[in-house]
Amino acid sequence: MKPDVLLADFAHARAGDKGNTLNVAVFAFERRHYAWLEQYLSAETVATRFGHRHPHKVTRHCLPQLDGINFVIEGALEGGVNQSATLDRHGKSLSYLLLGMRLPAPDD
Amino acid sequence: MSSPSTRLAHIGCGAGFAGDRPDAAIALVAALAERYGPRYLFFELLAERTLAEAQLRRLDDPDLGYATHLFAFLEPILASCLTHGIPIITNGGAANPVAAARRLRRELESQGLEAKIACVLGDDLGDALDGTVATADWLPADCPRDEIVSCNVYIGAEAVADALREGANIVIGGRLADPSMVVGALRHAHGWAADDWQRLAVATAAGHLLECGTQVTGGYFADAGRKAIPDPAHLGCPIAEVGSDASLVITKTPGSGGCVTEQTVKEQLLYEVHDPSAYLTPDVTLDLSRASLETLGPDRVAVHGIQGHPAPATLKGNLGLRGLWFGEAGISYAGPGAVERARLAMDILRQRLDDRLPHLQPHFDLIGVASLFNDGGGEWLADRLQDTPAVEDVRLRLGIVDRDREAVEQALQELEALYLNGPAGGGGVRRQLGESLRTRSFLIARDRVTPFVAWQ
Repeated sequence: MKPDVLLADFAHARAGDKGNTLNVAVFAFERRHYAWLEQYLSAETVATRFGHRHPHKVTRHCLPQLDGINFVIEGALEGGVNQSATLDRHGKSLSYLLLGMRLPAPDD
Repeated sequence: MSSPSTRLAHIGCGAGFAGDRPDAAIALVAALAERYGPRYLFFELLAERTLAEAQLRRLDDPDLGYATHLFAFLEPILASCLTHGIPIITNGGAANPVAAARRLRRELESQGLEAKIACVLGDDLGDALDGTVATADWLPADCPRDEIVSCNVYIGAEAVADALREGANIVIGGRLADPSMVVGALRHAHGWAADDWQRLAVATAAGHLLECGTQVTGGYFADAGRKAIPDPAHLGCPIAEVGSDASLVITKTPGSGGCVTEQTVKEQLLYEVHDPSAYLTPDVTLDLSRASLETLGPDRVAVHGIQGHPAPATLKGNLGLRGLWFGEAGISYAGPGAVERARLAMDILRQRLDDRLPHLQPHFDLIGVASLFNDGGGEWLADRLQDTPAVEDVRLRLGIVDRDREAVEQALQELEALYLNGPAGGGGVRRQLGESLRTRSFLIARDRVTPFVAWQ
């Protein structure tokens, strides 16, 4: 069993919103970790991480030439900037919900 | 690398949203003035709901309705831009570009300046809602007419390019799509055709990377220890160098803080993008799926592999709607047992609201334990509380969105009542209640929208 690592130590990310849809683009700091990112960061694991926000769809777009993956998380913003009662109506902080995930350590 | 015959156009972004720093563009204009070739400055000042808010200001006063801080951005750089032949483009006309142009004329006169001012109009379909025009094929049927305060379509680069070709020094629009301001500038600079999808895609990528201002030069980015940036208090405005061969380099104001690196550029490249192979704009369908980056030097990153496909057949529009109210209030607890006291306060408040205002859907956070990541059902908060968090400074936050303003007000009052009736040591109550404008998007056929230039 490999030890877990914190995703934030291996990748950076930015969140954006349109209506009630959140997107989080996450990029490996090191090119050699991109394949690891693609292996462990599936649409399903991200949907689970955001489970308490009850997204109705999570789509994963892989961009290997940018060492990154764009996740489109629909219905995760409690109504979005238009009608959410949350503190962060845009979900700008939610890149760090993703980066707070723990994944099995990469081989190198 | 660009060939020697390549002509470079230089585009700077002076602001990425209505609340941006008004002083940042001064150094940007000085930097653009040092460059050769066509140069442009743009200010992006609208967000999804900003237009509806601006429309409400216009209803109050027909001389208002443009971006509130538009002139804080323009005043310091007008003379320099006119002296150096740098056209200014902005969507900060918001709900009333004509009124903005009139005030701009007065501002220019007070500075002893002359300029050709163009308004780009035609995005505002508010007049189409008076019942004399058929709207059934685009207006969402379930939006009550009396709740609609604004109706605008994202329009493209065509009228911006027209205005520049006819010699405009300053172009003021309303719901110009953010990247279209840059596309209009580049169509003017390089003579690119409206259906030159490949080049328009590069122009759109440039606009997309610049439209949030410093978000590509180190803003919304720093993370001490992982992503450090130099001099974050003085972030430089971004500059795009776009060649007539459709080469694209992102850089920034020399001597400013922040940085342009492959990391800052890739984060912004995907910002608010859904499918990277089909980012829809009024001008082109932008395809980022094969985009790659190359560091050319300090604060210089080239963007390669941008592809373009024909523009979508429809344009996107936004309705601004009234009818909702957003209330927030908080009370804080610190010291021994702070989490337990804040939690007790939450339980008391929940019980009071359930009893007295059962139709509301209150959202509770415990700031310090769970707030930004929390959800309306409180699942995230409940999970955090299981670990008995070791914090001694916690704020109970109540948020409510509802149509019933009076009920929201009463709910906030219930939180304030915790001063006397709640757990020991509760302090720092603040509350606010305001209208919560919302938007609803729609699609409309291109031939139903006619953007045009009006000279002021």
